[in-house]
This record gives sequence, structure tokens and C-alpha cells, in this order.
Amino acid sequence: MLSAYIIHLLILIGIYLILCLSLQLALGYTGLLNLGHIAFYAIGAYTSALLTLSGVPFIVSFLMAGIVSALFGYLLAFSTNKLKGDYLALATLGFTFVIYAIALNWTDLTNGALGLAGIPKPDLGILQIKSNAFYLFFVSITAVFSYLIINKIVKSPFGKVLEAIRDDELAVRILGKNTFKIKNYSLAVSAFFAGIAGSLYAHYITFIDPSSFGFMQIIPILSIVIIGGIASLRGTVLATFVLVLLPEPLRFIGFPSSVVGPVRQIIYALMLLLILMYRPKGFYGKVSLE
Amino acid sequence: MLEIKKISKDFGGVKAVNNCSFKVEPNTITALIGPNGAGKSTLFNLISSVIKSDTGKIFFDKKDITNLPPEKVSNAGISRLFQKARLFENLTVEDNLLLALDHTDTKFWFNLFCKTPKQTDKIQKVEKMLDMLGMKKTKNMFAKDLSYGQKRLIELGRTILNPHSFLMLDEPVAGVTPELRDKIANILIELKNQGETILLIEHDMNFTLGIADRVIVLDQGSVLIEGTPKQIKNNKQVLKAYLGE
Ligand SMILES: Nc1ncnc2c1ncn2[C@@H]1O[C@H](COP(=O)(O)OP(=O)(O)OP(=O)(O)O)[C@@H](O)[C@H]1O
Ligand SMILES: [Mg+2]
Repeated sequence: MLSAYIIHLLILIGIYLILCLSLQLALGYTGLLNLGHIAFYAIGAYTSALLTLSGVPFIVSFLMAGIVSALFGYLLAFSTNKLKGDYLALATLGFTFVIYAIALNWTDLTNGALGLAGIPKPDLGILQIKSNAFYLFFVSITAVFSYLIINKIVKSPFGKVLEAIRDDELAVRILGKNTFKIKNYSLAVSAFFAGIAGSLYAHYITFIDPSSFGFMQIIPILSIVIIGGIASLRGTVLATFVLVLLPEPLRFIGFPSSVVGPVRQIIYALMLLLILMYRPKGFYGKVSLE
Repeated sequence: MLEIKKISKDFGGVKAVNNCSFKVEPNTITALIGPNGAGKSTLFNLISSVIKSDTGKIFFDKKDITNLPPEKVSNAGISRLFQKARLFENLTVEDNLLLALDHTDTKFWFNLFCKTPKQTDKIQKVEKMLDMLGMKKTKNMFAKDLSYGQKRLIELGRTILNPHSFLMLDEPVAGVTPELRDKIANILIELKNQGETILLIEHDMNFTLGIADRVIVLDQGSVLIEGTPKQIKNNKQVLKAYLGE
């Protein structure tokens, strides 16, 4: 069924879009080299799954996924306040390991390596989202909404402060602005949307386990953000489509899916390398990577 | 207005600032001069709390501001220009200047939910500043595309627009053309006539002695001598400090 396959791809693109746009806010606009984005995705997925499995309505769980992730984002920003660049990258990567370890080992809560199965499809009270086409509709609305919110933030004066922090944090402080608070907001909002994306993923696949949230999962997302261009939402959208779709023809040439995964990683790595060599600003970025 | 009391800063054995004390009186242009490595920029960094002092106190308007976070020092009324360019390179000139005006742009929820407030009055202030600097045509350029001299001017503009009662300028005319130098001199004198207080680091003696009311000579981290430009010009100690033995 070709149309089912296309709907599946579009749902994935929608989820990736939210994930990448929100990483763009923290990384591209604020200059926070956050490699812990997958952890927020995981927190969102588990929060939403656990809540709905214990009977909480979907829409509440969905929002809680974002809120709980945002709280973790705030905490992470708070505790890594003094760290910059490479050190921040390491600390946030460490955060991914911690969340992964919790998902794996706190079996009472997360069911460990066995994962959580039977996560219900969204039930919006009057509407029950059973078909994938309908799910795509829901994902699309969420993605558009996420885009609009993040776009509003980056285009507002607050967004200019974020960019200023990326370019020279000390100079922003010398202008009298409390950059600590501002960075906390940026990471919290970024985490909020990652959490929502996690919820969308959980209720789509209806099964989650820790393997979906390993630290390697950051690579495609990071690649999309960089290839699309630092501080460009348009670029991120384009890159998400390109990079999710690019490896897909492999399936038709007859590669088994066990090969498609690793080949995808290689394609991303190659794309990233090519971009860094020939177009260091990505598709639409205005900021070069130093 | 500003009082430095026995401030010291040691960088792993190098006494960059050593038991240094002086005062800056309101509505004056005070020049801080001295040979390379005398500790002038370090002193600025101590005042704006970019680095923390080892010992000593700094008072601003009688308030102790020693080692406060830099943003608090700024909000106490001290605006500062760095020696090295620190514009926000990937923002436009206009955005660079708008950022200096106030802090409504740091309010997250306000910026998210309110219709982006019309910034007409702010934009007017920015345009007035650009006009004064003769830089109107650069308004929509990215800071990174400016020449060195243009960057210096915009940064000076940003420092002046940042609400303050006290200006600290670290070598505002180093490496700029003579015409620009005169322009900046005029701007600073105009600011003083409007009641501003300025502390200035500058190597260019003609520039400095031309506009300063008082001169403080720093050598090896402490005040060597202070006086009027005339007194300093003819002082043998100062010559010695500059030329070595
Ligand atoms: N962050 C730092 N770490 C170590 N040493 C420093 C640091 N900053 C300044 N120094 C040293 O402190 C001394 C004073 O430096 P400072 O930059 O204050 O001099 P300056 O008077 O501004 O000189 P110039 O006229 O060249 O700008 C120098 O010996 C310098 O090498
Ligand atoms: Mg200096």
C-alpha cells in the first residue's frame, strides 16, 4: 500500500520537524550546544505513555509530556549554567545517558528493556484517532503550531536576545540583561516541544523501549539542524524533508531493513561532511559554524 | 561618582592591578593612560565585574558594587565599551542598537503572547544615534559585514544608548581614521556638555589630552600620578614610564 507508506513517512517527518525545530531554538538561536535533546524526547514519550496507560486522558498526557520535559529542560539549563561550548555538549550528552539508564533500569516505572506496550491511540473525547491518516492530521497540526510558536519567539525581540547570547553572551550581560534566566527559558521551551514530539511518537508506534532513545539518535536531528542552516527555521523544515526522505529509496532497491538503518547513518554523516566542506552555512543559514 | 579603593588583581603571579585607588568626579572626562600592560583594561574588567577582584572595593554612587554580576553593575548605571570588538555579528546594526535600549526584550511571556510591540519610539532613538554617528546607511547591514571603523562606531553607539549615568570607554579611537577620531572626540565632548561622566582609556595622546579634564596615569597596576592634561604632559615620570629607562 503506497499511500499507507507515504502517510507513515509524513507522520515521521512531522515528528522530526517538531524535534528539529525545537533543537534549532536552543542550538541555532541561543548557541547552546545541547546534545541532550533526545532525553527530552524520551521524557515526553514515557510521560505520555505512562499517564495514558494509567487512565489519564490523552490530551492531558500529551500536554504533560511537554510540561514535564520543559521542567527537565529548565533544570538542565539551571545546573549547566556556567558551562559553555564543548563542556555543555558533554554535560547534556551525559544527561541523555542518565535518562537512558533510568528508562532501562527503573523497571517498576518504565518496564526496563521490555518497554511499554499497548500505548493507546489518541482519544480526544469526541474524536478517536484510530486511522493513520487522521493521526497524520493531528501531527501536522501540532507541527504547524510548533513552527508558529517557535517562529514567533525567534522573530520577537526576545529572539534577538537569544541570538545575541549566541554571538557574545558577555556583551549581553554588559548591556544589563540576565542571560541566565533567558537561557533557562530557551532550553525549557526547546524541551517542551521535544517532549510533545516524544508523545506523538509513543502514541503512533504504541510501543516504546529505551533503544529508541539512545544517544546516537541525536545524530540525524543534529545533522538536520546543521544542514538546514544555523538559525534558519525554513532551512530546518527543508532539511527535515530531505534527510528523512533521502534514505528511503534504499528500501525499494531491495536493501533489507537491517541494512537501511546503518546506511542511513552513513548518508547523514556524508551529507554533514559535504555541507561542512562546501556550504558551511547549510541550506539557508546566515551563521557559519566556527 | 566612582571610587576605587585599593583594588588588586593577580593573574598567576602577574600583578595586573596592584593596590590601585582613585576617584572619578561627576560630569568630567577622566582619562586613564599608561603603557601597554599597565592594567588599564583589567581595571575596566574589575569595575564591570567581568573578572573578580582579589582585594579592594569599588563604590559607585556610594554603593558597593564590588564583584556584583556584570548585569547588575550595568543596571546600576555603568555602560562600557570593550577594547576588542564585541558586536553581535549575526544581527543587523539596528538590532544591535535596539538591544541596548531596555530590557522588555528579555520578558519571555510578554514577547510570546503580546503582539510584537511597535518599537517606533525605540527605532527613532536608534535612528537618531545612527544619524549622529553618520551611519544611517548601515542600519540594515549585518554587523559582521561592517569595516573595523564602522564596527567601533556602532559599538560606541550601543554603549551610549545603553541606559547609564557613567560611561567607560576602552580605546574608542584605536585604529580608526583621523576624521573619525575627531568625530568621536566631538561626540564625547557633546555628551559631557549634556552632563555625562566618562572614564576613557586611550593611547592617542593628542586625542586624550585634548578632551580630558583629568588624567590618571597607570603603571604596573597602580596609579603613578594624576593631574590635569597640562601637568601630565610635562611630567618626567610619565615619560619614563612610557619610554622605559
Ligand atoms: N585574563 C588574563 N589572564 C592572564 N593575564 C592577563 C589577563 N588579562 C590581562 N592580563 C595581564 O595583565 C596585565 C595587564 O593587562 P591589561 O590588558 O589590563 O593592560 P592594558 O593596560 O589594558 O594594556 P593595553 O594598553 O595593551 O591594552 C598584562 O600583563 C596582561 O598580560
Ligand atoms: Mg587594554
